Amino acid sequence: MQAFTKLKGLVAPMDRANVDTDAIIPKQFLKSIKRSGYGPFLFDEWRYEDRGEPGMDCALRPKRRDFVLNQPRYQDAQILLARENFGCGSSREHAPWAILDAGFSCVIAPSFADIFYNNCFKNGILPIVLDSAAVDQLFTECFSQPGYSLEIELESQTVRTPTGQTFTFEVDAFRKHCLLNGLDDIALTLAQADAIRDFERQRRNTAPWLA
Amino acid sequence: MAQTLFDKVWRQHIVKQNDDGSVLLYIDRHLVHEVTSPQAFEGLRMAGRKPWRAGAAIATPDHNVPTTNRDKGIADPVSRTQVEALDNNCAEFGITEFGLDDIRQGVVHVMGPEQGLILPGMTVVCGDSHTSTHGAFGAIAMGIGTSEVEHVLATQCLIQKKPKVMRINIEGELASGITGKDIALYLIGQIGTAGGTGYALEFAGAAIRSLSMEARMSLCNMAIEAGARCGMVAVDDTTIDYVKARPYAPEGELWRKATTAWSELHSDADAVFDRELSFNAADIAPQVSWGTSPEMTLPITASVPNPDDARDEVQREGWQRALAYMGLQAGTPLQEIAIDKVFIGSCTNGRIEDFRAAASMIKGGRVADHVKLALAVPGSGLVKQQAEAEGLDVIFREAGFEWREPGCSMCLAMNADRLEPGERCASTSNRNFEGRQGMGGRTHLVSPAMAAAAAIAGRFVDIRTWGKGE
Repeated sequence: MQAFTKLKGLVAPMDRANVDTDAIIPKQFLKSIKRSGYGPFLFDEWRYEDRGEPGMDCALRPKRRDFVLNQPRYQDAQILLARENFGCGSSREHAPWAILDAGFSCVIAPSFADIFYNNCFKNGILPIVLDSAAVDQLFTECFSQPGYSLEIELESQTVRTPTGQTFTFEVDAFRKHCLLNGLDDIALTLAQADAIRDFERQRRNTAPWLA
Repeated sequence: MAQTLFDKVWRQHIVKQNDDGSVLLYIDRHLVHEVTSPQAFEGLRMAGRKPWRAGAAIATPDHNVPTTNRDKGIADPVSRTQVEALDNNCAEFGITEFGLDDIRQGVVHVMGPEQGLILPGMTVVCGDSHTSTHGAFGAIAMGIGTSEVEHVLATQCLIQKKPKVMRINIEGELASGITGKDIALYLIGQIGTAGGTGYALEFAGAAIRSLSMEARMSLCNMAIEAGARCGMVAVDDTTIDYVKARPYAPEGELWRKATTAWSELHSDADAVFDRELSFNAADIAPQVSWGTSPEMTLPITASVPNPDDARDEVQREGWQRALAYMGLQAGTPLQEIAIDKVFIGSCTNGRIEDFRAAASMIKGGRVADHVKLALAVPGSGLVKQQAEAEGLDVIFREAGFEWREPGCSMCLAMNADRLEPGERCASTSNRNFEGRQGMGGRTHLVSPAMAAAAAIAGRFVDIRTWGKGE
């Protein structure tokens, strides 16, 4: 996994609440057996006028001009600014894969759905929860200032605005450690193999119908 | 110390308590399907890892399978590749799979309980958010992403933080015809799609105890639509009677030991919850969703709401967007909304009880002329077989429904079963998100009886009064 330490990047505003993972990456793209290649289809139904299918050349597709990610000022954005309950619905990890593949490695929102939040950390994406007032402020600044960018630092758990205002955010210590170092948590769990075997041995006595 | 049901099952699965408050949690059962597993198996291969305990996993293709012409295989080459990848991965890694030609194949959350693969007190995971279904058995059942699918395959464990626990009591008696689906939609309408975020839910109270296992599964299935990590119901005789004698259930001495242990799987009388809510069963009418989020749900007697009545700006914008997408006017009675298609099936409502309830509404009626397609899609090959043994397929077919092969079908429309732009569907599935059943498609979530009645009437009706001099 790609490590996440710090990032200074352009911000794209996704100004609607309850954005679900069906919207982030529609079902027809879930037929792929790969982890990559989802970026051009991120928010497909909102982004294009036609019905997207896997394998299409998206450069040739008619785009919805009013959709935020189609606006020239947000091209090459790396930070997605979002609203409440971002990533609700389906557990599809194709959603963070699409976000990452489209160039984003940080999502800021007042709240996230649990499974999506968890999936982000497994893919080198940092999901940041800030309170609603802070997120409102970032939206206002982002809309009013072309080229608006933020500096994110995971070590100090801070978001810094262009004027130097700083917001701090919470992140679980273990997840932070894995993300900072790009660690494979399967290897970390396998280091506990003896404890897992002990547990299984004990369970053969206490709950033999599960053995 | 008094414990909640969730705490009891959680504690029984802690392999190791970490310093940061997280635990290494042991997973008893892992259900696998074709859409969220190929990248996990590929990860195992690339790291040279093997499944920790292949016997804990069981697989079936469901999301991406055709519901017609099974004998001809899968026409879409991309879908076929994915289903074949599941076949090959299961063969390579020694995992039992109920393939497309197996009578046991079906929607993974219908197949699992039907086979006795889900037992009370288990921890259950699957790369699918509707894994919450299995909480109906007093199990901790959670949807996970593909990276965690790989993690569970490789280690049989997950690193988890304990969620908070919320008990939701439904007291009193449900009116006739009110189902687990109506309870689920009603609750989500009350607490919202993020109302359960960060919580494990326990559904309790007299109305919940009165539910069949099928209805409890429908309810727990939609715990995820309230944002919850999982939903659970305490174990009782209904649970144990359902599990007994199923193919993978324990037998003999093991069964006796198991049932003794399972009798403890309820919250202690003085257990403390992080949050507790109570509702009156008598307040729950047949529900219909009108918008693009499961929380946009109302009783059938209501009208489409007016954004001016929203509680805040966020909700007002959400309602406006939903009305525009759904092509609805504020103030329209739900019973005046005409439909184009009907879908009965899914992991929410694809069990035998669901098809019995739907068939009972048809009573010799015909699908309305303007309804273009009415699909009845059994949740598994065995549900289909049972329904056919009861003659339900004949009732559906004679009414003008198509009687299909098992799979997820038009719940998420990965296969050929889908809505076209602007089409309106009465659906027994679980999500009414934009584009969920096909780009531009308009989904209304209802119970199986409500969907069947809508098919015949051509619009939504109140099944409590419909056909009785309404």
